[in-house]
Amino acid sequence: MPAVTETRETVESLGSTSYKWGFETEIEMEIAPKGLSEDTIRLISERKDEPGWMLDWRLKAFRAWQQMEEPDWQKPKFPRIDYQDAHYFAQPKKKPGPKSLDEVDPELLRTYEKLGIPLHEQALLAGVESPEGEEARMPVAVDAVFDSVSVVTTFRKTLAESGVIFCPISDAIREHPELVQRYLGSVVPAGDNFFAALNSAVFTDGSFVFVPKGVRCPMELSTYFRINARNTGQFERTLIICEDGASVSYLEGCTAPMRDENQLHAAVVELVAMEEASIKYSTVQNWYPGDENGRGGIYNFVTKRGACRGRNSKISWTQVETGSAITWKYPSCILAGEGSVGEFYSVAVTNNRQQADTGTKMIHLAPNTRSTIIAKTISAGQSDSTYRGLVRMMPRARDARNFTQCDSLLIGNHCGAHTVPYIESRNMTARVEHEATTSKISEDQLFYCRSRGLSEEDAVGLIVNGFCKDVLKELPMEFAVEAQKLLQISLEGSVG
Amino acid sequence: MVKKILIMNDFLKISGLSARIDDNGTPKEILRGLDLVLPKGEVHAIMGPNGSGKSTLSYVLAGREDYEVTVGEVTLDGADLLAMEPDERAAAGVFLAFQTPVELPGVNNATFLRTAVNAVRRARGEEELDAVAFLKAVRAETKRLHMSDEMLKRNVNVGFSGGEKKRNEVLQMRMLQPRLAILDETDSGLDIDALRVVADGVNSLRGPDFSALIITHHQRLLDYISPDRVHVMAKGRIIHSGGPEVARQLEAQGYAKYLTAEAAA
Repeated sequence: MPAVTETRETVESLGSTSYKWGFETEIEMEIAPKGLSEDTIRLISERKDEPGWMLDWRLKAFRAWQQMEEPDWQKPKFPRIDYQDAHYFAQPKKKPGPKSLDEVDPELLRTYEKLGIPLHEQALLAGVESPEGEEARMPVAVDAVFDSVSVVTTFRKTLAESGVIFCPISDAIREHPELVQRYLGSVVPAGDNFFAALNSAVFTDGSFVFVPKGVRCPMELSTYFRINARNTGQFERTLIICEDGASVSYLEGCTAPMRDENQLHAAVVELVAMEEASIKYSTVQNWYPGDENGRGGIYNFVTKRGACRGRNSKISWTQVETGSAITWKYPSCILAGEGSVGEFYSVAVTNNRQQADTGTKMIHLAPNTRSTIIAKTISAGQSDSTYRGLVRMMPRARDARNFTQCDSLLIGNHCGAHTVPYIESRNMTARVEHEATTSKISEDQLFYCRSRGLSEEDAVGLIVNGFCKDVLKELPMEFAVEAQKLLQISLEGSVG
Repeated sequence: MVKKILIMNDFLKISGLSARIDDNGTPKEILRGLDLVLPKGEVHAIMGPNGSGKSTLSYVLAGREDYEVTVGEVTLDGADLLAMEPDERAAAGVFLAFQTPVELPGVNNATFLRTAVNAVRRARGEEELDAVAFLKAVRAETKRLHMSDEMLKRNVNVGFSGGEKKRNEVLQMRMLQPRLAILDETDSGLDIDALRVVADGVNSLRGPDFSALIITHHQRLLDYISPDRVHVMAKGRIIHSGGPEVARQLEAQGYAKYLTAEAAA
């Protein structure tokens, strides 16, 4: 079929030019020398003005990491990473945490402007609060993390009035040590896995959210991650805690400049939901994916886990993964509270030479726990995508239920899609359902749309968005539209 | 000057059109030097036995890529139709009602329709319809076609009955306001009431700026949409053309007469 050759040619000609966020910001940075040792960790801890217990925690994680092997069971393969050949600390020279627009480095502001963060959000980023009586159009509090350092967090005061703490985790370590000590590493222990241990040793910043008993967080919280510096890894740490009856909706977004070398992003996210608490965690991941030949791009190796500790608590992960050279992560739920609910909604798009191995783990510990997994995988170009998921029903998980649906959509003839579901049931009353489909965007569908006047790109966008609808509708409304556009941009030129 | 008048009259002009499709590695010739002229404002029917290339003709006119045009020309109002992408043809006013309408899972029917209408309006330099104007326009059409509003909320053609799919095609046609409609066996699988509704959907568009090619097996639809001319197609060519009486003769006598004449020629 001529369409195949054309597809390949179009995809090849397209390359990385479609990545609109690939610029670099010239900004004065303080960068630690390359290499990873106890000295590096001491330097990070000292620069962050951390208490002794934090340094000890880091060092313990580092020693554990030194004993560990880089895992290799995943489907995407990559050259060995030289962990001594990277910088582990980089921060804009200007002091972090400014109170007003004037104190933010104008270069940083321009960066966020160029990233196309919607205007209203920019106003928030700049820390300008709306005049009295004039409601901000979209009340979203933003934590902007630039090369692993939080540069601005908006709405901190407003949130504090309702008891919600939203701040860089480095501030939380100093200002709320009792909370951090109690919860940090309680869901993802420092020695949990190779990359989590590395993160625990060297993380430089991230977001901290604490919603006290009975409080519904009055606005969406969001963190915007930006990698800028060369040869640096990005290691953020996010910790979100909802006490009894509390709830929060949180969204993270991310981009990086185009570079020929790969950069490692090894973040850890921990969520804790107590009785009747609810946490909705959404991700729109748009790290630089590398060029058409697979050169460059981010290695996105992230550990995300939530613990439903209390009765009837709920944790919901929604992810739209379009970026990164390799995406390797499994946002998971540990359902320890009776009647607790775990959800995972995922859209993973790979194009050119991108690879993804992503999915979730639902660990049912308690009776009447429920989990839902909806995973949509879209592969184009010469990319390869794997859904890997574990559903585990433990002996106490009486009447627990899981429903899993995995759908793969292939565009062109050179891509791959794989589904690897693991199901373990140790309780006779537990019920586990798994459905999976694989399909291609058919020539029929494309021609039908085009004969109605839609351009090829619009036709693909419409079909793909239809395919992903079940997941996209889980995103906070303001971001669903952006996610739809992003899907379309990621697949630009993928059909001949 | 003379030439210009000619073009005006030959709204759709197909000359010596041959096209083939790749049939598991070997090219298969389906259209073999087809000639056809459809003047502005006229409705013509194309009838012919199975495998004569009727559907291929409709696909080639709408721009389906699987078919390779080896020789021949097609002009629409003087413009080279074959040089246009399928969406450009839609913008130029070509509409194909599919014999087998395609399902689009997860794509809301109203969203699809509005996206299509606005894409075409944009390309034609017309103002796009906002949600309210669109809804008003589409409600008027669904009413005319005896369709429930509920069908707009469903996914495009997913779970539609055969008759519902065909009505949905006619709905799209009416919303897109084509200058050239090609109906590929839109009558197949329709009961008599649905047939009347579909025929009314076409007839009410008839006028000096609307032309149509009706591809059908049966006289039945032509009882409701009376064609200006009827063409008989066989083995990839038009082998006979005449007035509406041709359809009635075919219904009574079958294609044998034309086919033997063609074989002898």
